[in-house]
Amino acid sequence: MSTLTTQDTFNSILESAPKNFTELRSKGKAQYLSQGLPALKDEEYKFTPIRKKIEQTISRFELAKSFEVNALDVKAAIFAGFEGSVLVFTNGKFIPELSSYDTTLTVNEITDQPDLPLGSIAKAEKDPFVGLNQAGFQDGIAISLPKKSKIEKPVLLLSFYKSNEGQVIQPRIWIEAGDFAEASFIDLSVSMDDSPYFVNKVVEIKGGVNSQLNYYRLQNEGKHVIEVSNTETDIREHSRFTSVNVSLSGDMVRNNLNLNLIGSNSEGNMYGLYLLNGKTHVDNHTNVDHTIPHAESNELYKGILADQSRGVFNGKIFVRQDAQKTNAFQQNNNILLSEDAIVNTKPQLEIWADDVKCSHGCTTGQLDEEALFYLRARGIDKTQAKGLLLYAFAGEVLEHIGDESFREYCIALVGDRLGSKF
Amino acid sequence: MLSIKNLHASIEGTPILRGINLEIKAGEVHAIMGPNGSGKSTLASVLAGREEYEVTEGEVLFQGKDLLELAPEERAREGVFLAFQYPVEIPGVSSTNFLRTAVNQVREHRGLEPLDAVKFLSLMKEKMKLVEIDQKLLSRALNEGFSGGEKKRNEIFQMAMLEPKLSILDETDSGLDIDALKVVSNGVNQLKSPENATIVVTHYQRLLDYIVPDFVHVLYKGQIVKSGTKDLALELEEKGYDWIKEEVESKATV
Repeated sequence: MSTLTTQDTFNSILESAPKNFTELRSKGKAQYLSQGLPALKDEEYKFTPIRKKIEQTISRFELAKSFEVNALDVKAAIFAGFEGSVLVFTNGKFIPELSSYDTTLTVNEITDQPDLPLGSIAKAEKDPFVGLNQAGFQDGIAISLPKKSKIEKPVLLLSFYKSNEGQVIQPRIWIEAGDFAEASFIDLSVSMDDSPYFVNKVVEIKGGVNSQLNYYRLQNEGKHVIEVSNTETDIREHSRFTSVNVSLSGDMVRNNLNLNLIGSNSEGNMYGLYLLNGKTHVDNHTNVDHTIPHAESNELYKGILADQSRGVFNGKIFVRQDAQKTNAFQQNNNILLSEDAIVNTKPQLEIWADDVKCSHGCTTGQLDEEALFYLRARGIDKTQAKGLLLYAFAGEVLEHIGDESFREYCIALVGDRLGSKF
Repeated sequence: MLSIKNLHASIEGTPILRGINLEIKAGEVHAIMGPNGSGKSTLASVLAGREEYEVTEGEVLFQGKDLLELAPEERAREGVFLAFQYPVEIPGVSSTNFLRTAVNQVREHRGLEPLDAVKFLSLMKEKMKLVEIDQKLLSRALNEGFSGGEKKRNEIFQMAMLEPKLSILDETDSGLDIDALKVVSNGVNQLKSPENATIVVTHYQRLLDYIVPDFVHVLYKGQIVKSGTKDLALELEEKGYDWIKEEVESKATV
C-alpha cells in the first residue's frame, strides 16, 4: 500500500504534464490541489472510498503510454450488427490509422487544437478528478459536427486500455455539435488484459440549438479497473440530450454525469443500469440543473446487485428560480440478490421555482416472490424465472438505447449474466 | 389421480389445514366451498407448492407421486395447474414469451418437441377462442393493466395452453360479472375430459351453475366437514354456512 500523501500521489503526473495548454493545466492543478483526492468525509464521496482504492491499487503514478493494436483487435471488439463510424483509442490516444468515420465529422487530436475551450463545460472546481484530468491529460480528441448535420449512424468511441503494474490513463473528449445537428455516440472500453489501471476520463459535450445528441456508455472492463468519469453537457433551446450508462464490471467505478439545461424547451434524459457481482462497486452521481423555464428532465437508474457488490446512486435535481414550468422526473430502483450486497441511494431535489412538476422515488428490495411463484407455477424453472424477471427489470433501461445493434449487444450481455451468474 | 391424506399445513406457525382427506379421480369435478378463512385458498396454494406454507403432517399423492416433494415448477410440469385468485402483474415480461417458455418447458418434461414460433402461434390462436381473449392483450406485458375479468380469462387461457391433468381454480369467479363468468366457465367446460380433473374453490354457489360439480365439499376450520353432490351447494346458497358451523360445533361439544 502506498504511504504517499494526497498531494504526492499524483505529483509525478502533475509534474510530467505536457507543455501545452499551460494556463488551463495550471488552473486544473490549482483546483485539484485545493480539493485533494476525496476522502470519506467528503460528502460527495462518502460511500465510495476512491482515494483508498487508488492508493491500494495503483502502484505507478505515471501515465500509461499508447500501445499498438491491430485491425483484428478492433474487429474483435466491435459487436455484431454495428454499422457506423469507429474512432479507436489506446490509453486515451487517438489512432487515426485504425479509425474510419463519416466525413461529415471533423476529428482532431486535442493537442492540435490549442484554442479549444476545454474546461468551459466540465469545470475543475466541481470535482477534483476534473481538475486532475485538466492538469495532466495527455491525449484526447475533439469531434465537431457541422450545423444541420445528421450523422445517421452512431459514432463508436472504442478505447483499448492496457497498463503496466497499475498506471493512470487520463482521456479527454470534446464534442461540439452545431445547431440542428444530430448524432449518437457509443463509448465502449476494452481491457487488453486483467491488470489494474486507473482511468480518469472527462467528456465535455457542447450541444447547439435544436440539436439531438445521444451518449451511450458501456462499462464492462476488467475486474481490477478503477474508473472515474466526468461527463457534462450544456443543452440549449429545443435540444434533446440522452445518456444511457450501463455498468457491468470493474473494481470501483464512479460516474459523474452533469446536464445543464440552459435553453428553454429542451430535454435531458439520464438512464442507467448497473448489474453487479463479486465486489464491484459502482457509484452514479447525476446532476441536472434546470436554469430556464419550460425544460424537462427524465431519469431512471436501475440496479441489480449480487454477491458483495455495492451500488451508489445520488441524483441531484436543481430547479432554479427562473425555471418555471419545469418537468423533472427521477426514479431509482434496486434489486438486491444477496444479503451482502449494499445500495445507497439518495435523491436530492432543490427547487426554488414554484410552478413545476417534479417527482422522485427510489425502491430497494428483493425479487418479487409472488411474481416468481407465478412463473414457477406455470412450469418455468426457478433460475429461468428469476432471469426473466430480472431481465424485464433491466430492460426498462436498455430500451432507451436508440441504436439497435448496441441495444441488442447490451441485452445479450445482460441476458448472459442473468442466465449464468444469478 | 389425487389422494390427500390427513393434510395439515400452517403459515408462520399458525395451523390452517387440520387434517384434510380427499380423493379425486380422473374425469371428476370437485367443488370446495366454505366460509371465509376456512382454508380453501390455503389448500389450493399448498397443492400448487406455495413456499410460505409449511406442511406439518399428511401426504398428497398425485398420480402415485409424492406431490409435496416437488418444486412448484415440477408440479406444473406433472400436470397441476393453479388458476390464481389474484393473478400477478409482471411488467416487462411479454405474455407471449412467458407462455412460450412455459409451454416448452412443460413439453420438454413430457418428452415432446418444443414448439417453434409458427406452431406456437397457431396453438395460441386456437386456444384464444376458448376464452374469447383478445390478441391485443397477449401482446402486452403479462397481466399488466388487465381488468379483473381479463386476468381471469388469461388464467383459463394459460390453462388451455398448458393442458393440465388437475386444474385448481382458486376463486376464479370472484370479481367477475355474469357475462365474464359464463365465458370463463364455458372455457373450463370445454377443457374437461375423462382424463383430467378439476377442483373449483369458491365461496358462492353461482359458479357451480356453470361448472357443474360431481362432488361438493365444505371446508371449515381446516377440515372437510361435509361432502355431498351439487345439491349441497344449493343448500348452502339457500341457508348460508351457519348451520354447518352449528353442526360442527354441536358435534364437538358432544
